[in-house]
Amino acid sequence: MIARDEAINAIASQLDEDDLVITTTGMISREAFSVLDRPGNFYMLGSMGLASALGLGLALLVPRRRVFVLEGDGSALMSLGALPLIGAERPPNLVHVVLDNEAYESTGAQPSITTRVDLAAIGRSSGYRGAIGCEDQETLVEELARTRTDGGPRLLVVKTRLASARDVPRVSRSTMEIRDTFRRSVEART
Amino acid sequence: MTKRSGPAAAFVAALKERGLTFVSGVPDSTLRSVFEQVLHDPEIRYVPAVREDVALGVASAAYFTGRLGLVLLQNSGLGNLVNGVTSFSLVYKIPCVLVVGWRGYGGPPGDAPEHWVMGVKTLGMLELLDLPYQILEPGDPRACLDRLLAAIRKRSVPGALIVRPGAIE
Repeated sequence: MIARDEAINAIASQLDEDDLVITTTGMISREAFSVLDRPGNFYMLGSMGLASALGLGLALLVPRRRVFVLEGDGSALMSLGALPLIGAERPPNLVHVVLDNEAYESTGAQPSITTRVDLAAIGRSSGYRGAIGCEDQETLVEELARTRTDGGPRLLVVKTRLASARDVPRVSRSTMEIRDTFRRSVEART
Repeated sequence: MTKRSGPAAAFVAALKERGLTFVSGVPDSTLRSVFEQVLHDPEIRYVPAVREDVALGVASAAYFTGRLGLVLLQNSGLGNLVNGVTSFSLVYKIPCVLVVGWRGYGGPPGDAPEHWVMGVKTLGMLELLDLPYQILEPGDPRACLDRLLAAIRKRSVPGALIVRPGAIE
């Protein structure tokens, strides 16, 4: 198990300026905003389950840039059908990271079913070129580094701890600013 | 064999002329001939989504590259779109074209029972969500498409082209 902010920091350390990052609703967007805010981030504050769909569309349209999707287990389960869609489309530049704390933490840590469901196995049977569970920081960093050399799509299911109750501020930018900053970043090097 | 002429070919040609070539969706029998064109057109990138909201997410990516995405769906799929539209498209003002097959048009006893409720509620759903829409009339689709695209661009929101059974054969 890894602390979620450590996992997000590890991802931050592996990002290039050109990489695009889509973060899902709830605590993941808030934490990404506080530790790795950058113009190439799109904070998807609502629409739970759609981060991977938007990431897939971007990966297909902007094939020269890596696209990271950061979502939780609840979000991945909600659009589980997106996994075989990504596997079928096979964009080599897509890195799909599921921060799996086995709970709906943002709404009060109600348990999710990933205690009994192996998302990485679903990723493998869905056609991802690589799908692996990461239980510790070393494996996560190794797998992130592998995304530079090995083709995607790759699914990293990172087992994370429930965070201790600390106040992570909300994303303070307006939705229009989030959209326009991200759009400029996509268009700048497409 | 894909037909090179006829209403579906003219419709898809009109989409292409307007740059609407990044397409996702879920099949619908009202749009069968449109799907046939789209699936065989090398200038169109079609992503076969598993749900309509996933199709909206995929197609909306086009906005960030200066394009406009398109989703093909049946009106029964409007229900699957609601949260994506209300908490993504309308909150970030991400435009998208929805081409919606109108099953259950006119309500019972036409069409199958599963389409009766949504058949009657389709336009009301779009009005409730405050989405612009146009109903496609048989004949040249270009003026209708242009009216819709103007409304979509003006407000930067998704808009729907409603296609009755038989409108594009």
